[in-house]
Amino acid sequence: MTLDPDAADGGELERYELRERLPYRFQPNRRQAVQLLGAGMMLAVSVPVAAQQRRGGGGRGPQRAERLSERFHIGTDNIVTVLTSKVEVGQGSRTQLTQAAAEGLRLPPEQIRLVMADTELCPDDGGTAGSRTTPANVPRIRAAAVAARQALLELAAARWNVPPEQVRLADGQFVAHGDQRVTLGELASDADFAERWSREAGGGPDIAASEWTVLGTTLPNVKGRDSVTGAATFPSDVRRPGMLYGVVLRGPSLAARLQAIDLAPAEAMEGVTVVRDGDFVGCAATTSWRARQALDALAATARWEEPEQPSVATLFDDLKRTAEGGGGGRGGRDARGNPDSAFQQAAKRLEAEYTIAYIQHAPMEPRAAVAEWTDGKLTVWTGSQQPSRVRDQLAEAFRLRGDRVRVIVPDAGGGFGGKHSGEQAIEAARLAQAAGRPVSLRWTREEEFTWAYFRPAGVIEVRAGLNADGGLLTWDFTNYNSGGSALESSYLSEHSRARVQNSQSPLRQGSYRALASTANTFARECAIDELAGLAGADPLEFRLRHLPDGRQKDILSAVARKFDWHSKVRSQTDGRGVGIACGTEKGSYVASCAEVEERDGELRVLSVTTSYECGAIQNPGNLLNQVEGSLVMGLGGALFEEILYERGRILNGRFSEYRVPRISDVPELIVDLVNRPDLPSVGAGETPIIAIAPAIANAVFQASGERLRSLPMKLSGQRTAT
Amino acid sequence: MEREHRLLVNGREHRVTTDPDRPLLDVLREDLELSGARYGCGEGECGACTVLIEGRATRTCITPVSDAQARAITTIEGLAQGDTLHPVQQAFLDEQALQCGYCIPGQILRAVDLLSAGGPPSRESIVAAMSEHICRCCNYPRILAAVEHAAGLAPATPQTGAES
Ligand code: FES
Ligand code: FES
Repeated sequence: MTLDPDAADGGELERYELRERLPYRFQPNRRQAVQLLGAGMMLAVSVPVAAQQRRGGGGRGPQRAERLSERFHIGTDNIVTVLTSKVEVGQGSRTQLTQAAAEGLRLPPEQIRLVMADTELCPDDGGTAGSRTTPANVPRIRAAAVAARQALLELAAARWNVPPEQVRLADGQFVAHGDQRVTLGELASDADFAERWSREAGGGPDIAASEWTVLGTTLPNVKGRDSVTGAATFPSDVRRPGMLYGVVLRGPSLAARLQAIDLAPAEAMEGVTVVRDGDFVGCAATTSWRARQALDALAATARWEEPEQPSVATLFDDLKRTAEGGGGGRGGRDARGNPDSAFQQAAKRLEAEYTIAYIQHAPMEPRAAVAEWTDGKLTVWTGSQQPSRVRDQLAEAFRLRGDRVRVIVPDAGGGFGGKHSGEQAIEAARLAQAAGRPVSLRWTREEEFTWAYFRPAGVIEVRAGLNADGGLLTWDFTNYNSGGSALESSYLSEHSRARVQNSQSPLRQGSYRALASTANTFARECAIDELAGLAGADPLEFRLRHLPDGRQKDILSAVARKFDWHSKVRSQTDGRGVGIACGTEKGSYVASCAEVEERDGELRVLSVTTSYECGAIQNPGNLLNQVEGSLVMGLGGALFEEILYERGRILNGRFSEYRVPRISDVPELIVDLVNRPDLPSVGAGETPIIAIAPAIANAVFQASGERLRSLPMKLSGQRTAT
Repeated sequence: MEREHRLLVNGREHRVTTDPDRPLLDVLREDLELSGARYGCGEGECGACTVLIEGRATRTCITPVSDAQARAITTIEGLAQGDTLHPVQQAFLDEQALQCGYCIPGQILRAVDLLSAGGPPSRESIVAAMSEHICRCCNYPRILAAVEHAAGLAPATPQTGAES
């Protein structure tokens, strides 16, 4: 399947997500369909609302110029409300989009408020994925804000009958001749306001980074105070009058099918609503405790059929065995020369295989939704990175027109690419439909670890060769299953090939922070290190020799300087080592150096230095948070995160069994943010994660002589790092 | 069997009739509408559900409501004095120790407990206390800076240099 790289999200989602079907098939609710369409008609197929409702140029539908009135509301309190379908899941989009609007309007950020991710109110800027908010939405909102400011200046000028150039904005008010003043709110009640506000929002001149006054500075998180006081309302915190708490029955293994169940014991419990609809079984009650008791009563009567299911022991064989072959996917990208014959002729050869485990995003807030039906219309508050996709799924599941479904995403507790789906919304809505009251549903941690999709596992094969003078002659790279992001190598080689083989994934898989770039960068940077060793070259020098001039090479040089690579290499003592790696993804560039110690089979990461460049920096403080967070999250995937499963059962689906990084795991971190005001800004929530694992693996080799070729890394004789 | 429980939360008395085994976390969130204590694991591993009970950081997901009877409970909602944030809250804000913010109330209350012992804690004891908590945004460098800041130690200044 080819994906459109320019789509707001499509280009960045891996193939598997686009194939997923609805998790449930519900029976048609005859009464409700009749109410919607009038007696005598029955709605058979849901209306495809996605194309219809995508607006604002962020979606993939036909583009239509948006109007100022769709993007901005001005209140009598002098606050400008900005509307966007983007979500905030901790990456700082609310703050950076506030900056973009403030910049364009030339208003202080305190006068800007964002309404995000409400499918009924907000123009569709697409979902939140692929680091697209920074490069696509910040400029769009900034340009719209410039147009809005121009419209406001003209309104003020008309009021006083002066040319617009004589109107200034000072202290959030429009001023002319020193004593003429009008507030935003007053302008918004002008008679011609509505007409001017229906003008197109796009097309205005953009503001170059050199002119920024709000962007480019560290505006603190605009919701920070709510975070530290507990006032923030996450999806799982939403309350509605008369709300019940819902739970869903899950099978004992991933492919288990329900054969029989007795609903009577749960139905006999006071105040409990029980639903069985096809494969869906759940209950709702006045407290989650009671709902859980009812569920236990149901589970005790359930009989399941369990087919033969896979185990982690055969994972990598399974992926290679089921490879579709023939290049598949984005196969054969970047092909040059004849890698097969060049490999035979090479003076020195490397053949290596790398393996990547399934891991779980485990956002701190599990999937959660509150659903409410009012007069046949459904409203769902939920933590999802894809509000309009969830709206479409709800419309399909309940056979509703898209405009009868409203999805609102309150700022949610983490995403990391793990919240692109909306099963929790469908579950809450089904229970609310049965109960006739709003229902709140929050997955347990075990559910999140078991039933949410995983970052794809993969096997990567590298076949590469050197010519007689130690230069890279041929590079052949094949990724089984984990995906095509950052598949191409930046290193110059006369012969080369990079392929993805799609396999049958034993587990449900989907996006993750930086997608497959982590796997591909790990394999490539480890292999390049081995080749440097074969060539008898310093790993930094070998890389520099083969990289073309440009941002990748610049960032590698930057980290080498910051870390003081050559003197660190010289000063290593027994059991210690340093490693280096670099990579690029989604238009930004990262390079990391790591220093590790290996003693008695135990591995310790002492320090990590990272240089990172993503164009013009929009908010240095938020960027630092994103880079540090990515690095530490990457440490988990590098050293200990791994989903274990046996015959369809997840064996380590809780935090006591699945280790994630804690504060005690954090090495000394040095982050070097390289600002390029001359270049467009690109997103930074993902790419900094990709270079830390290979930097550590390469350092381990220097420390112990052992090449670690799996994620997570395992020293021989020792399963986990400390 | 349901029973009446007397709960003292943020200086107010509540009477809640409920099952004594029900987790305090659920009672706070569902009955008292205090949602700053949050669910992260339900097994005492992540600290998202932390409140102070008689000043000590306590995980409410594994505390039955009956154990909390008649003991002074402080949730994140009760930590500030009116509009004035507690110094630990202020330090988290000053150091921008928050990304999604979901784990932050629990982290703050743990730090309040740690710092109430008196005397500036060592970095080791800060790391030991805070490693009871999980932040999946992995905002740990800022969290460490915030707790050190609150403890009156020199904060670990962000090691970053913006170059053109
Ligand atoms: S929810 Fe209580 S410790 Fe995790
Ligand atoms: S700030 Fe997101 S989990 Fe800690």
